[in-house]
Amino acid sequence: MSSQEEGETSPEITAIGISFGNSNSSIAYTSGEGKAEVIANEEGDRQIPSVLSYIEGEEYHGTQAKSQLVRNSKNTVAYFRDYLGKDFDSIDPTPCHASAHPQKHESTVAFSIQDKESEAQNIVTVSEITTRHLRRLASSASDFLGKKVNAAVITVPTNVTEEQREALSKAAKAAGVDVLQMISEPTAAVLAYDARPEAKLKDKIIVVADLGGTRSDIAVIASRGGIYSILSTSHDYETAGVQLDQVLVDHFAKEFTKKNKTDPRQNDRSLAKLKLEAEATKKALSLGGNASCSVESLADGIDFSSTINRTRYELLAGKVFGAFTRLIEEAVRKADLDILDVDEVILSGGTSHTPKISQNLQRLFPPTTRILSPSTLPTAIDPSSLSARGAAIQASLVQEFEKDDIEQSTHPMVTVTPHLRNAIGVMVVSEDVKKGLFTTLVEKETAVPCRRRGVFAVPREGGDVMVKVCEGLRDIKVSRKEKPKANGKPASDDSDLDSDEDEDEEEEMREKVWNVGSVLAEAAVKEVKKGGKVEVTIRVEADLGVHIEAREAGGKGGIRGTLGTARVVENGSA
Amino acid sequence: MAAVHFSLPLPVLPQGWAGEKDFKSIGQLSSATQRNIEPVGPHFLAHARRKRHQRTFSEDDRIQAQESVKKVEDDDVGEISEPEDPLMLQRDAKDWKGQDHYAVLGLSKHRYKATETQIKRAHRKKVLRHHPDKKAAAGSSEDDSFFKCIQKATEILLDPVKRRQFDSVDEAADVEPPSKKQAQKGNFFKLWNPVFVAEGRFSKTQPVPRLGDDKSKKEEVEEFYNFWYNFDSWRSFEYQDEDVPDDNENRDQKRHVERKNNNARKKKKTEDTTRLRQLVDDCLAGDERIKRFKKEERAGKDKKRLEREAAEKKEKEDAQKAAEEKERLRKETEEASKAEKAEGKKAKEAAKNAMKKNKRVLKSSVKDANYLLPAGQEAGAKRVDQVLNDVEAVMAKIDAEEMASLAGKLGGMKVAEEVGQVWSEEVKRLVEAGKVKDGELKVMGT
Ligand SMILES: Nc1ncnc2c1ncn2[C@@H]1O[C@H](COP(=O)(O)OP(=O)(O)O)[C@@H](O)[C@H]1O
Ligand SMILES: [Mg+2]
Repeated sequence: MSSQEEGETSPEITAIGISFGNSNSSIAYTSGEGKAEVIANEEGDRQIPSVLSYIEGEEYHGTQAKSQLVRNSKNTVAYFRDYLGKDFDSIDPTPCHASAHPQKHESTVAFSIQDKESEAQNIVTVSEITTRHLRRLASSASDFLGKKVNAAVITVPTNVTEEQREALSKAAKAAGVDVLQMISEPTAAVLAYDARPEAKLKDKIIVVADLGGTRSDIAVIASRGGIYSILSTSHDYETAGVQLDQVLVDHFAKEFTKKNKTDPRQNDRSLAKLKLEAEATKKALSLGGNASCSVESLADGIDFSSTINRTRYELLAGKVFGAFTRLIEEAVRKADLDILDVDEVILSGGTSHTPKISQNLQRLFPPTTRILSPSTLPTAIDPSSLSARGAAIQASLVQEFEKDDIEQSTHPMVTVTPHLRNAIGVMVVSEDVKKGLFTTLVEKETAVPCRRRGVFAVPREGGDVMVKVCEGLRDIKVSRKEKPKANGKPASDDSDLDSDEDEDEEEEMREKVWNVGSVLAEAAVKEVKKGGKVEVTIRVEADLGVHIEAREAGGKGGIRGTLGTARVVENGSA
Repeated sequence: MAAVHFSLPLPVLPQGWAGEKDFKSIGQLSSATQRNIEPVGPHFLAHARRKRHQRTFSEDDRIQAQESVKKVEDDDVGEISEPEDPLMLQRDAKDWKGQDHYAVLGLSKHRYKATETQIKRAHRKKVLRHHPDKKAAAGSSEDDSFFKCIQKATEILLDPVKRRQFDSVDEAADVEPPSKKQAQKGNFFKLWNPVFVAEGRFSKTQPVPRLGDDKSKKEEVEEFYNFWYNFDSWRSFEYQDEDVPDDNENRDQKRHVERKNNNARKKKKTEDTTRLRQLVDDCLAGDERIKRFKKEERAGKDKKRLEREAAEKKEKEDAQKAAEEKERLRKETEEASKAEKAEGKKAKEAAKNAMKKNKRVLKSSVKDANYLLPAGQEAGAKRVDQVLNDVEAVMAKIDAEEMASLAGKLGGMKVAEEVGQVWSEEVKRLVEAGKVKDGELKVMGT
């Protein structure tokens, strides 16, 4: 991309990152030092509910609007993001059951609300609602930054359609916000972590689990030299924060019914009250071992007050928790990977604060997999803010470029790239493996062109050594081991219903091993000094040509070679 | 990216390895997958700068580039499901036990095979179509009865325990075994295979061995029947329980219903086990392979028996032959030795006779030589006795051969001196040989 040319009279661009969620939105900017910061709105919220509510023509936004779900639900619009750019037939109205209902309007979706002082019901399209919401967000950001925000990078789910993108871009434009780029939510979360100064550039497989309010989205991402490629995704609209709220709503409602012979779930307003309070209780349980739930005049004028401990909650929500784990497993499977291939799990979205979910993932993945969540890693970034931060970082990277330039740089001619099907590596000597051991230099699913360098030890006496470059095939070795007999019952409050029914005496041990695939080339590095090292560089070109270079570290010259011609690139479908 | 350091050493260059400029190109890279990289982050921007070279791409380029890309998103709603039965749409959710949950979600063809993902997607598809809020917004009646059916179906099918309970009694997934008539006419394998595939859904052990075909090996077929005769089933029948009254109602009544339910479950389980056993029996009875294996086995046994008999016979014959040969040899040697014996007797006799004759020659030699006295000198009885004694003594000391040679020398000799000479020489030889002592002989010793 070329910088904006001098002399052009385009206005100054102030760009922020926006995470626009079904339940909540966040705004973030990148400070002078390149650090992403989340902006709190006037009410001090960093998670701003994506809700608008109207009372006598006055617009309420965020938390204030959300609280109107109790008294003014018909004029409160919530959970509308997923309707933008869709036709009525293809939307799921479930989340809006307790607020303004979506309806068909021409080719789009709209809400019928009383948003003016007059009593009239107005049809307000989802596009207009979005514009109003984004306008409020931009205005909060402008207030905070002290200058007019006029551009943004906005995050979107991985499965948005072209129509949805267009609709979002238009709605933002109408709010005075130029969408510089739309980036996918999971990639934004990865970028938020990678942009930290302490982050090291490393090839890794990352699972981003974005667990939100009305949906959960999983993406498996190959991160290779800072280039990100999505290998698979899975989406679930039945397993998210509201299902956990429902667990508590049901629990408290039963408790209330038992005492008072009236079920608060039968009355819309009582239910709305209980839902809001149950959500607060749920959030409190992410931090403490106990939480209370009190609702004034819950039903029939009776107050309700109760407490619940975390163990109880985790037991009640066991099924939902199990579904999160399975969703993640499904995504890994869809990527043709094994649990053991995953280096990092980034927990993103509000529901990712839940300790039990991270604990379950710790059990699912091997100890070598880093689980990035508040309850498993003290230095984890607030999961609710990840995509906004990523968007802000991207905004700072692209804001100086022309819009056209950004479009051209993100064109499929640039983004569509061959990815290596197998790892490439070098054979080394190991005491326990007679035939030699494959060590990876270039991971599979690396986008080309790419270059990787490795420094290898040599036999103690030095001398002539062989550099044998091969493809490596990852295999999972399964072995059985006698399980040590536990004396007494483990004192865990196991809430998992998905744990094995018939506990085997034997424990299955799974480990990752490398099989040698086809040999690509051999090179000889001669007369290496005693205690010397050999440097091997593998470069794969955009046309899949492979160049290999090997030499004694610190030495001059070295061996160079090129492999046979490039192969046809195969394409596949999901 | 920074170099990675490896502590394990590279191998020593094998003896005799040679390559042009110390490099040998051997194989080729496996083919690659076209994927979209995410246009995000500083490293992507660097990639874009290199790849673009200030070029501008068109809409056509976009379409072309995207064509080859590996898709990572499933189509949101996907293929439209089976048509909805208008009668089903009028169901009352209260009667959820009587509802076909798979049909409600449009998964009639999948049933127990439907994956969790399929169920979720089917559910979503139904929600998009039947959500009462949507219907109300469209102005139609606010009847949410079928929507409740959808919710119930999803609740049951997404709960592994409840799903098994329903699958246990999901008759629509059953495949009736062929009748005897059908089985006789039709293709045995085509008829029975689906039956076992369907029954296999209840197996705790998966995968379940398949019926196979005409080419199946005996062990495979045996394993198949073994498996089915030892079938470990998770099938249970609580789904058909009678409703248990609430806590608040009569506790005895509650306990009574529970007991009844328990008994009914047990009974149905036993019946199911019997049913399956009968089914396997029927299949086995009609399985030509079993007959063929038996026949082959029998044929195999017969063949073995014949072979064994032949072998026995041959062994017997061989033994007999060997015995006969032995006997023959024995007789031969016996005869030979007999003959030899006979031969030996004759020789002995001959030797005896020769000895007698020689003795006679020896004795008569001294008599003819006047008992070794000069001619004319009368040999007294004493002399005769002495000389004959000496002859006897010498004869006792010499063997047949010596006797023959002595007799040969003496035969026909009449002159006393000559005869005396021969005798004294003989005596001298015997004395030298230490066979005769001095003075042992009265006459000849001197
Ligand atoms: N501390 C917390 N503990 C548990 N759940 C939380 C916490 N904070 C937020 N949530 C839940 O996260 C969900 C919202 O997540 P978010 O990522 O903002 O959703 P969306 O992507 O749908 O906009 C809500 O269900 C909310 O209750
Ligand atoms: Mg989200």
